[in-house]
Amino acid sequence: MKSAELAVIGGGPAGLCAAVSAAKSGAKVLIIDKNKKLGGQLIKQTHMFFGSEKQYASVRGIDIPDILVNELYKYKENVEIITEAAVVGMYEDGIITVLEKEENYFKLAPEAVVVATGAYEKALSFPNNDLPGIYGAGAVQTLMNVHGVKPGNKVLMVGAGNIGLIVSYQLMQAGVEVKAILDAASKIGGYLVHASKIRRMGVPILTSHTVKEAIGKDFLEKAVICEVDERFNPIDGTERVFDVDVMCISVGLAPLNELLAMRGCEMKYIPKLSGIVPVRNENYETTVENLFAAGDAAGVEEASAAMVEGYLAGLCAAAKIGYMPKDFSDRKNDYVNQLKNLRSGPAGKHISEGIKQIIGR
Amino acid sequence: MFEKTGIPNAEMVMEKFPSIERINQGAVAVVECYKEIPCNPCQTACKFDAIKVGEDINSIPEVCFENCTGCAVCLSKCPGLAIMIVDGSKCSDKAEVKIPYEFLPLPAEGQIVKGLNREGRHITDVKVLKVLNPKSFDRTPIVTIEVDRKFLYEIRNIKAEV
Repeated sequence: MKSAELAVIGGGPAGLCAAVSAAKSGAKVLIIDKNKKLGGQLIKQTHMFFGSEKQYASVRGIDIPDILVNELYKYKENVEIITEAAVVGMYEDGIITVLEKEENYFKLAPEAVVVATGAYEKALSFPNNDLPGIYGAGAVQTLMNVHGVKPGNKVLMVGAGNIGLIVSYQLMQAGVEVKAILDAASKIGGYLVHASKIRRMGVPILTSHTVKEAIGKDFLEKAVICEVDERFNPIDGTERVFDVDVMCISVGLAPLNELLAMRGCEMKYIPKLSGIVPVRNENYETTVENLFAAGDAAGVEEASAAMVEGYLAGLCAAAKIGYMPKDFSDRKNDYVNQLKNLRSGPAGKHISEGIKQIIGR
Repeated sequence: MFEKTGIPNAEMVMEKFPSIERINQGAVAVVECYKEIPCNPCQTACKFDAIKVGEDINSIPEVCFENCTGCAVCLSKCPGLAIMIVDGSKCSDKAEVKIPYEFLPLPAEGQIVKGLNREGRHITDVKVLKVLNPKSFDRTPIVTIEVDRKFLYEIRNIKAEV
């Protein structure tokens, strides 16, 4: 059995920051990530981030993994990284099982764990939603921004949250025509600066609209959309047809945290945090001692908040197993204040309300 | 309506503009940030204390037009690409406008391109005066265009044909 002091599951924004924070405190950290390259979703975010300097505002998401990995390198004697490895189980006796490169299966008994496994994309039901050409926004970003492949030529974007707006902009940068962005909600969900940026490129944003059906023989050829009323029921006679070969579904994310449930953490359904999330204390420790959660796995939010949550959870997890740095309170207060600041405005209101429902003990 | 369409109305736009006297004195920033979001790099970028977000990073940036030199450093730092520079000091019937433009191909200096409004509608043709894309702008080039003054409050984007 492999030993480790602190295992960080997931090397995205929250996981990398948790690792930096814990390694800085002196803990021996093992990062386990299922991908080849660390960074999680950051590796496809070609746009500049919001927030303040401490959360790398104005820096493009794609450049943040290098910044964090360089930061990790400062504490390299404390850090071990395993990539292309999936954590497949977390058991009541504290054992974690890992499958590395689809062949090497091993067990791990860490003293503490930070679960930073991120989120998954929600789907949308409509007839023929399995036609080739209908993608999740994450897949479109992977094709385009990681592999340099155009997903198609004419796109209908479904969802006007930040991801839908940002991916629309990136599609246009790649030379793909975006016919329209639609959203069932009556208002644009994402930041309005993003919406204005796309609107002045001439792309209509159709609120109170949904997809009625997809049409195509071997692949997507047409999308039929319609208006919806306040209760999201389709309004007859409002159908419109778009000739598109891509439909990009961006209707939200949900926390990806089955490992926590498997381990026996108390979980709660909190719509304001986008799904089932672990009950936790203010240090991001779950109801299972020494098991922490950070980032989207603890409730879906922006990457800037995920990074600060990671720093906080990593600091507290390391402290819990004996690595209590002299400046613990200063660091903790700094992270707590950063999170408070990020969430204090109208854009973070639902998050603050959601968190109130989840803080236990 | 803004929250349904993403298009600010004329009144909202005018509130963000400095007086015409100030514009005629020389380059100045117009910060079109209308909704509170947690973001303050414009303030961090400004070396002249001309943009203030303040303690609460969700506050809407306030521009001190007296302090603003129109240096355009904030343009490529704003993640929302919400800032432009207007300058009415060069000519009585035309204004110079600097906008961030993250598309390829970049227009050439001297080229006539389509000038678009906040809906993306072609309202006039504009001449590209300058295209700056140094490393410090981090892949957000800044394009200076010359535009007829009557479109000063409408122009917001360009389209460079391939």
